[in-house]
Amino acid sequence: MKKKLLLLKVLLVFLLCTTIIFVSVDKDNMAVQAFSNQVIQHGAVGDDVIELQSRLQYLGFYNGKIDGVFGWRTYWALRNFQYEFGLKVDGLAGPKTKNKLVSVSQYHEGFVKEQIRKGKKFTHYGGVDLNKQTGEKRKQGQPAPAAPNRAPAQNQQQRQQQNRAPAQPQQAPAPGQNAPKQNVPQKPTAANVPSGVSQNDIRLMANAVYGEARGEPYIGQVAIAAVILNRVQSPLFPNTVSGVIFEPRAFTAVADGQIWLTPDEQAKKAVLDAINGWDPTGDAIYYFNPNTATSAWIWSRPQIKKIGNHIFCK
Amino acid sequence: MLRTILIGVLTLGIAGTAIWGYQEHRDKNAILINAENNYQRAFHELTYHIDVLHDKIGGTLAMNSRKSLSPALAEVWRIASQAHSEVGQLPLTLMSFNKTEEFLANVGDFSYKTAVRDLDKDPLSEKEYQALQELYKQSADIQNELRKVQYMVLNNNLRWMDVELALATNREPQDNTIIDGFKTVEKTVEGYNDTSFGPAFISMKKEDENFQHLQGEEISKKEAVSIARKYTGFNGDVDAKITENGKGSDYGFYSVSIRDRKTKEEANMDITKKGGWPIWYILTKDVKQQKISLNDASQKAVKFLKDHNFKNLDLFESVQYDHVGVFKFVTNENNVRIYPDAITVKVALDDGRILGFSAEDYLKSHHVRDIKEPAISIDEAKEKINPNVKIMEDSLAIIMNDMNEEVLCYEFLGVLNDETYRIYINGENGTEEKVEKLHQAEPIYEDIV
Repeated sequence: MKKKLLLLKVLLVFLLCTTIIFVSVDKDNMAVQAFSNQVIQHGAVGDDVIELQSRLQYLGFYNGKIDGVFGWRTYWALRNFQYEFGLKVDGLAGPKTKNKLVSVSQYHEGFVKEQIRKGKKFTHYGGVDLNKQTGEKRKQGQPAPAAPNRAPAQNQQQRQQQNRAPAQPQQAPAPGQNAPKQNVPQKPTAANVPSGVSQNDIRLMANAVYGEARGEPYIGQVAIAAVILNRVQSPLFPNTVSGVIFEPRAFTAVADGQIWLTPDEQAKKAVLDAINGWDPTGDAIYYFNPNTATSAWIWSRPQIKKIGNHIFCK
Repeated sequence: MLRTILIGVLTLGIAGTAIWGYQEHRDKNAILINAENNYQRAFHELTYHIDVLHDKIGGTLAMNSRKSLSPALAEVWRIASQAHSEVGQLPLTLMSFNKTEEFLANVGDFSYKTAVRDLDKDPLSEKEYQALQELYKQSADIQNELRKVQYMVLNNNLRWMDVELALATNREPQDNTIIDGFKTVEKTVEGYNDTSFGPAFISMKKEDENFQHLQGEEISKKEAVSIARKYTGFNGDVDAKITENGKGSDYGFYSVSIRDRKTKEEANMDITKKGGWPIWYILTKDVKQQKISLNDASQKAVKFLKDHNFKNLDLFESVQYDHVGVFKFVTNENNVRIYPDAITVKVALDDGRILGFSAEDYLKSHHVRDIKEPAISIDEAKEKINPNVKIMEDSLAIIMNDMNEEVLCYEFLGVLNDETYRIYINGENGTEEKVEKLHQAEPIYEDIV
């Protein structure tokens, strides 16, 4: 009986030792495990960006919404962080920056992901009870709770504090629980949109493209979207996307109601390409299907090229 | 007995059909009238605005003091753009309405450019004054013709919907008054083609630059195909299709379509005949999963451009859409960013292949520039900026300003109330050329309650 107890004790000690060794060895790798190894840069979306924003918010650098899109606010927050912590200020979250971030901040992944999934307003400041940071009670427009006022300016002091001791313990999941990342695809709550247009504009254009050219090859669809944009640019047509699309008798799909079919992903991609500058038509502002065109006038337009079933003209 | 019931049922049926038919007819009429009203509104507003436009332009001609001229021109600009939008609401394919729209666009551009200018320092030139007079005369003619049409419409109770219905059933409309009237308007304006609008107007049609800066010899179809193959990186057997541009194009190009026989992947691109430059390229391929980071992808894009002899390019914007990275590059010459020289590259985030690129802007505007030193210092430029903006970065850049001219500017990235701005201060005279609020991510609305 005693022997057994001793054995147990020995085993326990041994186990403890190994975990300590293991943990200390693993400490360097921890950072990389928390984030994936990608270098995160402006414009990126996804889980790593959520983590980056959460950690920057934990330290008080980032006051925006944790939405998983690396925008300008995240960019400046990251640069401030890099500046305050004596890293190279480049606005890129590379291995060094990520390691530093992980060592000085905590990330409550479970909490953050849950809030995002539930679509709640929330914050992730350090030193504040997480339960107080979900937005239900907080009304819109009210400032963040309990002033985690660690503005970058005061960070010198903060840094020393944090070097001395790990940040105050918090309720809610321990930071170690970064565990295997859930592979459930997170539904994004925000998206990048090219400047000058909204998602609604893109949707409207995708509707038009789908209604006009759903049987066409991909570049044929990009071409239709490009024609819409060329018309917006042209002095001969209305100056807005909706103005161009709803110009009476301009598009058959608008006239016969096909524009209200639900567009597929490909149509949306085609529209994005056109907005981002692809114009397969060579600056065309008209197009027609030679098999179905009823207007004789359209044949008099100077033709540029043919894509799929459509002829594109000046 | 049976007969009576049958007669009764039939009578009921006929009566029911009649009532139903009448209701349908009434509904249809209601909708027709509604649509008709829209057209009528647009049309009458248009004629009204042309009236006002004419009067206002007349007013500016009589003005002497510059102080009143600027607001008056701004007013002209506003009305012209309204009239322009109303033309857009009228049925299009009835006739080509291009000339009238172009006239309105010209009036709008002219008045805008002169209204925003400091007329104290830089008053209307003799040529601009003449252009204004010319516009005044033209607006008088258009007004006259439009009034005629309007009179006929009102007097004979003409309907736009009749024209529409005729078009829908492919009949020639019986009363062509509206169409004929507008054709006259169009013809009247057509005579104005040769109006000189002064030097400022040369730049208005930017799209007509026709790749004039391109270097190189004319290439053959065969060469075009081999160039395209190089871009696709297809290894195995391919089917290639090549077509020349149509007669309507302002410049010569080949369209090449290449299909890999094994993988069935298809790539399309346009190549200029002169010099064999790639205008755009698209590889059609599904990207299902993200495997590489945006950063890795940006390096692929940089390498791709280097491999294809595009030099001195700066990555200035990177954006991820789902599983695709889009990167915008501009020329960097001696630390001056040249924004008109833009190239966009699209990279798949699964295997890092190039999904497409667009060099149209670059090819149209890239040429050797003589970039002068700015006349004012950077501190002087900073003083021109709103003091509330916190300046984060500065550099030099060449941009297109509102007048569509290339200008050398100090470029500042600044932050004001959580928003980031790009601000351009003219390096010659310190004018604030452009203030641009940079885009933030947009929330996805479907899930937000």
